[in-house]
Amino acid sequence: MAEERTDLILDIKNLKVVYKTDMEVVEAVNNIDLKIGRGKTLGLVGETGAGKTTTALSILRLLPAVTGKVLEGEIHFDGQNLMEFDEHFMHAIRGNRISMVFQDPMTSLNPVLTVGDQIAEAISLHNDQLSKEEIDRKVEDTLSMVGILPKRKSDYPHQFSGGMKQRVIIAMALCCEPELLIADEPTTALDVTIQAQVLAMMRELRERLGMAMLMITHDLGIVAQTCDDVAVMYAGEIVEAGTVEDIFTGEHHHPYTVGLFNSIPNLDSRASRLKPIPGLVPDPTNLPKGCVFSPRCEHCTEICRQQRPETVTHGTHSLRCHLFAEKKEGGAAHE
Amino acid sequence: MENTTNTAAAVDNSEFSFKRASQAKEIWRRFRKSKGALIGLILLLIIVGVLLFAPLFISYDAAIESDFANVLAKPSKEHIFGMDGYGHDIFARIIYGGRTSLTIALIATVTSCLFGSALGAIAGYFGGWVDSLIMRSLDIFMSVPDILFTMAVVVALGANAVNLIIALTLAYFSNYVRLVRSQVLTLSEQDYVEAARAGGSGNARIILKHIIPNAIGVIIVNVTLNVAKIIIYESTLSFLNLGMPPPQPEWGMMLSEAREFMRPAPHLLIFPAAAIVLCACSVNLVGDGLRDALDPHLKS
Ligand SMILES: Nc1ncnc2c1ncn2[C@@H]1O[C@H](COP(=O)(O)OP(=O)(O)OP(=O)(O)O)[C@@H](O)[C@H]1O
Ligand code: SF4
Ligand SMILES: [Mg+2]
Repeated sequence: MAEERTDLILDIKNLKVVYKTDMEVVEAVNNIDLKIGRGKTLGLVGETGAGKTTTALSILRLLPAVTGKVLEGEIHFDGQNLMEFDEHFMHAIRGNRISMVFQDPMTSLNPVLTVGDQIAEAISLHNDQLSKEEIDRKVEDTLSMVGILPKRKSDYPHQFSGGMKQRVIIAMALCCEPELLIADEPTTALDVTIQAQVLAMMRELRERLGMAMLMITHDLGIVAQTCDDVAVMYAGEIVEAGTVEDIFTGEHHHPYTVGLFNSIPNLDSRASRLKPIPGLVPDPTNLPKGCVFSPRCEHCTEICRQQRPETVTHGTHSLRCHLFAEKKEGGAAHE
Repeated sequence: MENTTNTAAAVDNSEFSFKRASQAKEIWRRFRKSKGALIGLILLLIIVGVLLFAPLFISYDAAIESDFANVLAKPSKEHIFGMDGYGHDIFARIIYGGRTSLTIALIATVTSCLFGSALGAIAGYFGGWVDSLIMRSLDIFMSVPDILFTMAVVVALGANAVNLIIALTLAYFSNYVRLVRSQVLTLSEQDYVEAARAGGSGNARIILKHIIPNAIGVIIVNVTLNVAKIIIYESTLSFLNLGMPPPQPEWGMMLSEAREFMRPAPHLLIFPAAAIVLCACSVNLVGDGLRDALDPHLKS
């Protein structure tokens, strides 16, 4: 935390975000830290309502103007704290150096503009020196990059299938060759075979463009296939983070992560039944006093209910649970 | 081909041509399905054609020069709609009156649409106190009956074409404020607007590129329906002697003058009344057809 690390493209420190409405205050993100190395992909995993999208929108400073507020924290992008810049500066960042792909391809394209026009718009927005012909050529290049015939640029979104729409959206996000791509559940709305195609394409483009990625998902399979690092988010907190190896093959895990793995089908243990995590995600307007996972945790003890655990880091692996508070070995017995 | 007819159907909307061929074709295909809409369109084209080419077959003089020998003459070969109480040719007065009335109505439609839409877009997009300020002022404005307000404007400023347009604009812009505001409120929640913002677009660009093009269909339909209302409203004003100064012919004023001779010479009343009804009906039919033709697209 002492000085800036130049190997990081994104460094989120102690970010706290709330939504303030007339009736209530939703504590959506609670003092999280996230780091993404240049060219690396971080998977952000968690149940619905964990605060994943909120984190993503905070990076682009696109939280709803009236209700969304960043209360604490810094977001360093390429060494600059984004929280200190004005809207004008952010216009130059968005879509140019940081792009975002949204969850639903069906509604993320403007129905009355051709896809070519929409890509051209995204290009010309950040390249005002380009001539019409150059932009046109770039539109065609961008379309072929995502495997769509360039001649389809004059088609409207409704003439494309869901998978192709998502390709177009990814094309728009990548046309200015951003250093960081935020993908918010980019394939949840697609069926499985198309999902695999789109993910393979994203991986390939990531290698080609050398960009970093924040892959938001609740699918651990996607994490295993695409990510270098993983952060597990629960009720606005990062409860466990580390490299893919740490999370998938490491010895010690946060009880919530264990629950996540138990609740997905596993080919190796086909016979054993899925074990969903009992209970519900806590109400973000009224979070538990101690550990946020304590109401659902089978290892819960008195201290868990009273005191919020600190994050304990060993090498690349960090955990936020009382089981691992003193020494990492302390928790092993419980596993 | 489809494009040109559709442009004519929208009467006053050159923006319509921005829709690409495929979409325009699709809209035209649905528009054509409705008999009423087609009849309205044909009537409207005839009316516009007659008014446009009128100077070729009848001179303006016939409308304003008195022929006292023929006062109140019944329709005949020379004067197909007959003569009025001042010995003016009624056909000529309807043609030239229509030219003025329709031009004023069209301009007032466009100005009220532009003014109202701009205010509505600002209120809807920025929300907060801007929205409150615009909408509360509008409430105050709308608490005064339209006709009273318009009369006050014309009386205060004097009766001429420009002031009539101002008065009609003020009477009609509030519809568009509400309409466009509600459109903008729904459209700015759309994912593609969020995506555009994430792509670095600013407010002006989002409004121009994403919100207006998606709201334009609904606005066009409203414009068409409003043209008919404004034609009638304009006639009402001229009926109350608040229209263009005489001897300039106008449909409403012709009705007003015809009252004196209602029994001996009903043709004085029938022809201008028929002109107003015909015009308003055909525009309404086209507007209805357009609304149905655009609707399925808007829902998707
Ligand atoms: N505009 C808003 N106003 C108030 N509360 C909000 C708003 N947006 C999100 N929230 C709340 O903030 C919390 C975090 O939401 P967020 O959208 O970040 O979750 P998420 O992890 O992206 O979930 P999902 O997987 O469903 O997309 C949720 O409890 C949600 O109800
Ligand atoms: S701190 Fe306690 S309640 Fe929370 S996850 Fe760890 S063991 Fe469970
Ligand atoms: Mg989300």
